[in-house]
Amino acid sequence: MPAAADAVAAVKGRWPGVGDRPSLDLPAINVPAADLLAVLAFLRDEHGFDMLTDIAGVDWGVEASPRFSAVYHLFGTASHEYLRVAADCADLAEPSLPSAVALWPAANWHEREAFDMLGIRFGGHPDLRRILMWDEYPHFPLRKDFPLAGVDTPLPDLAVVAETKVNAIAAPMVGGPFVASSGEINLTEAEPRAKDESWNEKRPKPAS
Amino acid sequence: MVSENTELTYNSKIEGEVIVSRADAVINWIRTNSMWPMPMGLACCAIELMATAASRFDIARFGAEVMRFSPKQADVMIVSGTVTYKMSAAVRRIYDQMAEPKWVIAMGACASSGGMYRSYAVLQGVDRILPVDVYVSGCPPRPEALLDALMKLQDKVKREPSASKLLSA
Repeated sequence: MPAAADAVAAVKGRWPGVGDRPSLDLPAINVPAADLLAVLAFLRDEHGFDMLTDIAGVDWGVEASPRFSAVYHLFGTASHEYLRVAADCADLAEPSLPSAVALWPAANWHEREAFDMLGIRFGGHPDLRRILMWDEYPHFPLRKDFPLAGVDTPLPDLAVVAETKVNAIAAPMVGGPFVASSGEINLTEAEPRAKDESWNEKRPKPAS
Repeated sequence: MVSENTELTYNSKIEGEVIVSRADAVINWIRTNSMWPMPMGLACCAIELMATAASRFDIARFGAEVMRFSPKQADVMIVSGTVTYKMSAAVRRIYDQMAEPKWVIAMGACASSGGMYRSYAVLQGVDRILPVDVYVSGCPPRPEALLDALMKLQDKVKREPSASKLLSA
């Protein structure tokens, strides 16, 4: 029996709240947030999933419930198998999960990124600061209700702001969003570029 | 009888050890041919900046081969790459530490306008925080384009009233 299927069966036998997760590639399970650390420790110690390769935060949308999840990708360095573990945040407004830093030091920066981008707070994290945006940034930019262009925000370095009168502004999105067209044969057309020229700085975007 | 003058060049016997010129010409000649860059390499444009400095394109031909990583010894800041808001204060502080006279080249689409990064995290053009002298298009620009920008900047410096600026400062 492969290690991943074996581990999934063992986890489901021990924690009845654990369920299968639809997946196209890897074995995947949904774990209640309360059991998350115990399941991860069990997988690491008893089933050889000794490497945490990634933690991805997910925002499923403003209306969704549960809205925020974290997805853990575990790898067994002996069995060479991956296992995906997902946990939903119960609280919709103040999402939080237990921190896995005590199990894998690698979780430290992954959890800081999920906190920075989505605002998921990891309880017990030793140093839960922003990792990409500056410390005083008041928003969580990868949430679905945050505009891609950004919002007007003051910059943190007051001396430079006094000199240059510059703050973070909403980026001009005319012709955008600048997304690549996958499947396009013509590579010039497939590149991210201004494709919608029906509006510009002077003429507003037509209501679709 | 008038002897034919065959002196076509400078003759130290006639002129002594003295050259007469305009102060602007001398100062600008010195400045244009020893522009030491401050390489503000922030993204992939910095790779082209390195290529410009290397043997094939050889920025030394224009007297700008001395990349100074100390802003106090640099004359021209080459902003090569995407300036994020988080980095923008550091870029401005390094510019402030450069001694006068100083110039700025915005290399590539990102430094000039934010480029394709129309996003919450990226400064939409380094000219929001620095006085840019030359913009270079391209993503990234070819080394020849950067050399062209340097020559354009040299042309600009050659026209500056440097002596009167120095006297009035």
